[in-house]
Amino acid sequence: MQALLDKPLLVVTGKGGVGKSTVAAALGMAAAARGRRTIVAEVAARDDISRALAGAEGAVPTFVERDLGEGLHHISIDPESALEEYVKDQLPRGVSDLLASSRLFAYLVAATPGLRELLTVGKVWELAQPDRRTPGAHPYDLVILDAPATGHGVAVLTAPGTFATAARMGPVARQGGKIHQMLADPEQTAIVAVATAEEMPVNETLTLRAALRDELGQDFAAAVVNGVLPARFRGAEAAALETAAASRSGVGVGGARAVRAARAEVARAKAHRAQVARLRRGLGRGIEVRTLPYLFEHDGLAADELARLGEELVR
Amino acid sequence: MSDLVERLAGKRVVVCAGSGGVGKTTTSAAIAMGLAARGERVCVVTIDPARRLADALGIEQLGSEPRRVDDERFAGHGIVIGEGGELWAMMLDPKRTFDELIAKLAPDDKARDDILDNRIYRELSSAVAGSQEFTAVAKLYDLDRSGQFDVIVLDTPPSRNALDFLDAPDRLTGFLEGRALRLFLAPSGLAAKVVGRGTGVVFGVLRRVTGVDLMDDLSVFFGALSGVLDGFRERAAGVKALLADDATTFLIVTSPEREPVEEAIFFRGKLREAAMPFGGLVVNRLHPLAADDHDVSAEDVAAELGGDAALARKVVRTLDEFRVLARRDAGALVRLKREVGDDDPIVVPHLDGDVHDVDGLVLVHRHLFAAGAEREELLSEAAF
Repeated sequence: MQALLDKPLLVVTGKGGVGKSTVAAALGMAAAARGRRTIVAEVAARDDISRALAGAEGAVPTFVERDLGEGLHHISIDPESALEEYVKDQLPRGVSDLLASSRLFAYLVAATPGLRELLTVGKVWELAQPDRRTPGAHPYDLVILDAPATGHGVAVLTAPGTFATAARMGPVARQGGKIHQMLADPEQTAIVAVATAEEMPVNETLTLRAALRDELGQDFAAAVVNGVLPARFRGAEAAALETAAASRSGVGVGGARAVRAARAEVARAKAHRAQVARLRRGLGRGIEVRTLPYLFEHDGLAADELARLGEELVR
Repeated sequence: MSDLVERLAGKRVVVCAGSGGVGKTTTSAAIAMGLAARGERVCVVTIDPARRLADALGIEQLGSEPRRVDDERFAGHGIVIGEGGELWAMMLDPKRTFDELIAKLAPDDKARDDILDNRIYRELSSAVAGSQEFTAVAKLYDLDRSGQFDVIVLDTPPSRNALDFLDAPDRLTGFLEGRALRLFLAPSGLAAKVVGRGTGVVFGVLRRVTGVDLMDDLSVFFGALSGVLDGFRERAAGVKALLADDATTFLIVTSPEREPVEEAIFFRGKLREAAMPFGGLVVNRLHPLAADDHDVSAEDVAAELGGDAALARKVVRTLDEFRVLARRDAGALVRLKREVGDDDPIVVPHLDGDVHDVDGLVLVHRHLFAAGAEREELLSEAAF
């Protein structure tokens, strides 16, 4: 997966709750450790990443490129700020101020479906440009987009193309077209799917892939399955556990509980293996599927833990 | 102590909100099934059910209308749909629901086709983030008005969007307030005087930024929409009233993982702000922590496993790991109770089986609807 870090844009997608932000941050650390000036961009002000990396507590300003040290940066993108920046960038000062205070304009923007997504991804695109539009900004070698949960993830990736088609001309169409070209080009954009080893996330991943192929003409560069339990008990051992559970002969409470935990582990690990296999079958041979281990001692994410996961991914 | 039946007494609309991947859809379906078993006519509206859950409910194909779930599906699974009870289910197809709404509200066929054929509408109505939320509330409103059901259980898109869900009626009303739109459609004469200077500039700018064609399309789009405005407005206001009604309740569904917990707390705050009725917290996939925590020795376990010491060590290590989870979950539960303001949430332990078939649904239902001493008992049986 190391080749993923060589492209200017890496999009990490997946259903909510599968640890997408973890993977985005881990890859960010791996890239920074290899000397790539990297920024991890997340959408909406969730800020899980910076909380994990910088231990920042409380509100973090949105739309600010923050240096987390060691070549890694972070930004939280909200559409409102993206719009403001876009308008300022495109128009003379007086006019942009006027627009900013125009309710009509605000209505129209809110009412134009997909515009929020376009603005969001537009900012991501801007971050990935060698000559930054943002005054005083430095270029990045790599931008990692922690995409919104799957459904919206597709919307974010397809909005530029949709706009380019709908608008046909004018700056929005031109820019939409440019952004779309970048997103649709596997040389410039790598899309990584993240799932957990459960039925729904695997289904979503397969559905997402179909949608991306249809609407963007892009495929996954790789897939990551998070939180996979190791196969700790062999078949014979699992059978011995079943026997012990069935006999219940003079079992102490603690012993019975331990056996129950072990049996639960057997059942879960088996279900995990089946789901990983299903994902591999569904994606076919061309797409590498990597697994990350389940972390029991998982209280938020310490930076060293993230770094370890990142190294594991790009091994 | 307040069990689920008490919490839902007299409610016509139950909205299950929360982060993605916490079992919200299964929870919604199990609640609907349980209410039907208690003699209510219930409809569950799901957004994106697992295929096998859809199969279990017999709603494999997308339909924009509810379908009756055959009572026989539960025969032999320990659930009897009660006297007078009916279970209906539907899977929401946002695009189709949107189209139908336009068709319903349009004053005539021409207006309807103008919108449905409009490029902007077509290009964007299916891809719109937010269309799911909007169509979900629109559907909810229609089902409630139909009088066909005693209770509607609504599964929502993932939590961040659940906010969109709360805002949807407002956003729409705001946008469709008419004034801005009329100005947009008639940017001259009296209208221009009303807004005063600047309108012309706004239009010039919009044209520059978006391209003329888009403007034309947009104005046709908005022009066509103007015919359905009153209907939208009325509906949005109705939906808003329905969501804030005493007969509506929001259940916040979560799992003990950190992110869903934060989302649940965040969403609870939003509910407060919006003065929406909160019915309680459902915590799925919890590993209950055993009240006693006497250490388990590998020797004791080995005795039970025919003396296999190596296996016993692995088993004890596994129990230790599960206790880590149980302690983590206990901490999450404390935080949830405090921040969400529900000191006795409905708790469903982590189930290792498959919860996507009828048996799974019945099992989840048993935990959700447990009352009195049975609640404690079920949790202690699952404790580590």
